[in-house]
Amino acid sequence: MSSTLSSRRAASGSPGFLKRSQPRYGEKVIKVLLVAASLVSVLTTIGIVIALIPPAGEFFSKVDFGEFLTGTNWAPLFKPASFGVLPLVGGTLMVTLIALLVAVPLGLGAAVYLSEYANKRVRKIFKPLLEVLAGIPTVVYGFFALKAITPVLQSIWPAGDGPQIFNALAAGFVMGIMIIPTIASLAEDSMSAVPRALRDGAFALGSSRMQVSTRVVFPAALSGIVAAVVLGISRALGETMIVAIAAGGQPNLSFNPLEGMQTMTAFIAAAGIGDLPTGSTGYQTIFAVGALLFVMTLVMNLLSIRLVRKYREVYE
Amino acid sequence: MSSKVIDRDATIHQDAPRLKGKGTPLRERVFHLSLWVSLAVAVVFLASLLAYVLSEGWSRLDPRLWMNFPDYIDPTQGGAQSAIMGTVWVIGFTAAYCLPTGILTAIYLEEYADPDKWWNRAIEINIQNLAAVPSIVYGILGLGIISRGLGFGQTVLTASLTLSLLVLPVVIISSREAIRAVPQSIRQASLALGATQWQTIWRQVLPAAVPGMATGSILALSRAIGEAAPLLLLGGLTFITFNPSGVQSQFTVLPIQIFNWISQSRAEFVSLASAAIVILLAILLAMNSVAIWLRNRYSRTW
Repeated sequence: MSSTLSSRRAASGSPGFLKRSQPRYGEKVIKVLLVAASLVSVLTTIGIVIALIPPAGEFFSKVDFGEFLTGTNWAPLFKPASFGVLPLVGGTLMVTLIALLVAVPLGLGAAVYLSEYANKRVRKIFKPLLEVLAGIPTVVYGFFALKAITPVLQSIWPAGDGPQIFNALAAGFVMGIMIIPTIASLAEDSMSAVPRALRDGAFALGSSRMQVSTRVVFPAALSGIVAAVVLGISRALGETMIVAIAAGGQPNLSFNPLEGMQTMTAFIAAAGIGDLPTGSTGYQTIFAVGALLFVMTLVMNLLSIRLVRKYREVYE
Repeated sequence: MSSKVIDRDATIHQDAPRLKGKGTPLRERVFHLSLWVSLAVAVVFLASLLAYVLSEGWSRLDPRLWMNFPDYIDPTQGGAQSAIMGTVWVIGFTAAYCLPTGILTAIYLEEYADPDKWWNRAIEINIQNLAAVPSIVYGILGLGIISRGLGFGQTVLTASLTLSLLVLPVVIISSREAIRAVPQSIRQASLALGATQWQTIWRQVLPAAVPGMATGSILALSRAIGEAAPLLLLGGLTFITFNPSGVQSQFTVLPIQIFNWISQSRAEFVSLASAAIVILLAILLAMNSVAIWLRNRYSRTW
């Protein structure tokens, strides 16, 4: 398109007829406006960094960075305060792991079904249903985990005490269901991008549908599938309301998913509700934990973006 | 597919020895079934969630819910009017901020930006990353910069600015897709007839892209309506028994009010929360249906 413009500009420079009647300042103003709008998203990222760095920096001038990362006791609002973030990270990873154990097999299963098995009519029914699932507010998921899933788990638990009222298992399970649409839709995109010729070739050689799905389409779409899983991890790490409601508010470094544990996001929410005064160490912990969370999800997001690019380059 | 062909051969040549390996092998069927089950789990979950909130909230689904204000002394008389009106105010302003900004950004990236320039690629990657930044981090942005840094406080203005930054990437990405779906030949025809670039965009591209952009915008706003985490940091949880009167007003919104009621221990609050969830889901389902209807009604294949 720019070439059309430049060639016209060249023509108007030549003597004689094709002269432009008036310079179009309006077009320039509009372009400036459009660029300004685009800068809002850049400013958002800069804003996030500016919001995080100074308070986090102040926090780390008071608390040793090594102690923060390796300490096993998180009690920032108690006296004496203790700032070991590992219980929060452990809680986050535990819930994320449970969520992935649910979401990866089910999400990929749904993706393979929609991409390789379902006919047009089935797709037309199930894809909007997955969209509805993706559109349910997380506070509703949290409510369901706390009031419906946990009691069911407690009543069917075969041995021992069973899950506590607040536990990582119910929160992780519900979070996994929440992530299914994310993984399924991105994975299905990348499987649909695999050229038909590859499938036809495999069928012609006598492969069954299962063989085509698992040995041809799946490997061919692998980068997109990994991108989907990575994006799912990022969403699980950053999810707040489900864990704030159903996983409890007690920092707890434990490997038992039946216990309650606080995640990084749930801590940020709990501390944020408290309306702590600006400049206090308690207020700064929000930003220190937030910075750690931001870095963790940033790594996941950039990895996912890169992988998506890769499959787009190969097939599109 | 292949087994059918063999079957027909076998019936034609009755005397010929039957080829082995007919029918679908067991592991194929198990695989197919397990794929189907993974989709079914999601659907069953959705159905049981809807059934649960409906049955829990049914007794409270009456005008008390939208006529009354929250009441912690007598939950049977409490309602969610301040939260419903708060949601209307916050989402109204969120739409006013994020839709123009998002659509203008999409026009720039699709129609003007040269994708080979590094800064345009950086803007693009930046938007993709922002789309996956946890919502609570936007809450930190709102708390640190908008609420306390700029001094806007715990107001409707702060909440709607924060939410509009949160859903901006969604608006941009879906609007770009809508613009990209307009074929290049229409632009070329318009330019060839002497229209300027903006005339081409304004009179040809945008009218054709409006349904797609509307669908994306509705979905983005429905995400904003359900969002609670960032607003927890912005004072949304304060006990509010009045409707907002302006952008400087304090506020609460439906998801926050629901969160608040969930945290209460008395049983009345569970049915109150369920009833409010039913209202919230009804609003979101209605918006989703409009979006899907728009997409089906106006989607054109060029």
